[in-house]
Amino acid sequence: MKERLIKIYHGFGLPRLIISVFLLALIIVAAGTELSVPGLLSDALVRIGQNGIYVLAMVPSIQAGAGLNFGLPVGVIAGMVGVLVAMENSLLGFGGFVVALLVAIPLGIIAGYLYSLLLNRVAGQEMMVGTYVGFSVVAGMCIFWLMAPFKNPALIWPVGGQGLRVTLTLADTFGGTLNEFLKFEIFGLTVPTGLLLFYALLAFLLWLFLRSKPGVAMEVVGRNPRFAVASGLNINAYRSVGIVLSTVLASIGYVVYAQSFGFAQLYNGPLMTAFPAVAAVLIGGASTREAKVLNAIIGVVLFQTLLTVAMPVTNQLIEGNISEIARVIVSNGMILYALTRVTGGEQA
Amino acid sequence: MNQVKKFISKNAVPILFAIVCLLGVYYAQMPGQFLLMEIVKRMARNSFLVLSLIIPVVAGMGLNFGIVLGALAGQVALILSTHWEWSGIGGLLLTALLATPMAVLFGILAGMVLNKAKGREMITGMVMGFFANGVYQFIFLFLVGTVIPFENAALRISTSPGLRNTVNLTRIRGALDNIWTVQIGFTKVPIVTFLVIALLAIAIWAFFKTKLGQDFRAVGQDRHIAGVAGIQTDRNRVLAIVFSTVLAAWGQIIFLQNIGTLNTYNSHEQVGTFAIAALLIGGASVTRATIGQALMGTFLFHLLFVVSPSAGQAIFGSAQVGEYFRVFVAYGIIAISLALHAWRSRSLAKARLKEDVSA
Repeated sequence: MKERLIKIYHGFGLPRLIISVFLLALIIVAAGTELSVPGLLSDALVRIGQNGIYVLAMVPSIQAGAGLNFGLPVGVIAGMVGVLVAMENSLLGFGGFVVALLVAIPLGIIAGYLYSLLLNRVAGQEMMVGTYVGFSVVAGMCIFWLMAPFKNPALIWPVGGQGLRVTLTLADTFGGTLNEFLKFEIFGLTVPTGLLLFYALLAFLLWLFLRSKPGVAMEVVGRNPRFAVASGLNINAYRSVGIVLSTVLASIGYVVYAQSFGFAQLYNGPLMTAFPAVAAVLIGGASTREAKVLNAIIGVVLFQTLLTVAMPVTNQLIEGNISEIARVIVSNGMILYALTRVTGGEQA
Repeated sequence: MNQVKKFISKNAVPILFAIVCLLGVYYAQMPGQFLLMEIVKRMARNSFLVLSLIIPVVAGMGLNFGIVLGALAGQVALILSTHWEWSGIGGLLLTALLATPMAVLFGILAGMVLNKAKGREMITGMVMGFFANGVYQFIFLFLVGTVIPFENAALRISTSPGLRNTVNLTRIRGALDNIWTVQIGFTKVPIVTFLVIALLAIAIWAFFKTKLGQDFRAVGQDRHIAGVAGIQTDRNRVLAIVFSTVLAAWGQIIFLQNIGTLNTYNSHEQVGTFAIAALLIGGASVTRATIGQALMGTFLFHLLFVVSPSAGQAIFGSAQVGEYFRVFVAYGIIAISLALHAWRSRSLAKARLKEDVSA
């Protein structure tokens, strides 16, 4: 019995144990106040589905040996273009969602491929280069949003007839399509079934891919490049596969995020998307060298629940909105911890 | 002819940016007096911060994105000095003195963390800056006024915890700049500030002639060989970061005394990015940076900053385009130099591997 407990403990890991205990304590405190615990957990479910795909996107890039994908905005931008095309044509409901995906995915593949060509040339420094490539892409796209040929009056500034607005609402087009699909309520807990199903589907497909022949080959390339060369694997090709996959997941992630959140925030909106996702996958037990789909799932559940529950609870206890600061400290602290652990080789 | 070619290829980045800046100046159609005034002001403000990046580059730790920690130390000292109502140049010197032990402490901590992340100092330094920023906000937005008693109408609104979003630094404003100014047209040139910057430049130059400076250089060129030669590499790396952090703290104080108001929660956020972009535009790289490059880069980067909104207005009919363009340039130049550095060091490693095999 004791051995089994120790085994479970080692499998789960200390950081996750601490966070789970802390979460439980928060929920107990919340039950003591006038806050509705099912309400809090409903919000948490929405945020898990909303952010989950970004966290999944970290897995293929880590497995392919390219480290944590700090260049997530590269894919997010492709997703934004998809959402905007659907909105420009005023497509409603599922039609809008599907069209957004159909535009976003090919763009994500192209952007991801170009991004992987760069990352393959800077092997060993992917994280730093990726961060600033992501920042540059976001900043460069700010100019694009100003000049882009969108004509729908709901999207552009009322004066001048050009330039997209900073915040666009999806309420009139396809906001909440997935969240509302098969939504049901149980003991006061609202379950966004469609959103969670879509997330589960992507997680399953990714899990399947990692188990397939190319998936295993990709893992070998990431784990031990020399061995991979000796086995006749094309390192750069498999790294590209991982990076493209990661980028495409980010594009899909944005479409899902936007429909769930209900707003599309352009310009500097996507600048820091990578950081919470990176933190979540690390909290889930991944390292800069190794990640499983399970790490991504545990990570996003713990991290997003923590953020959703912590904010109202702390607001009851102390004044002011501490959630944003808690997010900054927890996520960057976690990244810092992962970066300073000995991982054998030198990688940035 | 060959010499010209060599000069151009060696200084490709600053030459390219000089051309972009000239185009910007041409299209912006700004009055020369205004341009001069802005540039003098911005050079006085930022040069010190950019110079603070040089030592870690030479010590082989790359671009120190962690100077945010130094800037934070400077700001904490400024908040306290405003609270105690220190004023004038004496108050400013006292503030710098107060910031120093804090910056030394932050620098030691940062150096120790970076020693655990060899080969990925830059990303670690950047995340460390974000983390420190979170802790700083936690202290000054929540603890101050609740856990830490702090009553001062200039700094706090008594109805809610935390400091004000903007703090007026009336007592410190221009304390250094206004000691001695020389008027050229509309432009007031703060001679003493420029003297301080010159002094720092000379000090850095002299520092690299000392034994310690040479040790830094050796560590930067090859950590293992330096270690074998009996240099305590880890200790030297921590020291390099401490120097940089302290200089950044002083730099931030100079920056804020020039501006005159402290944006409590975001004055420091872009310190690292903009200083690093300026250094790189001057032609520096991840492994090589000189005083000349730092000053040249500060000049070009801020010239671009001043002219780009008007140039955007003239070329694209929108000042916003220019504003986004300059941010794009700041991020883009960092991305490109990081990529070039990684690319080069990788081909170098490959070439070495081939040599080893053939030998």
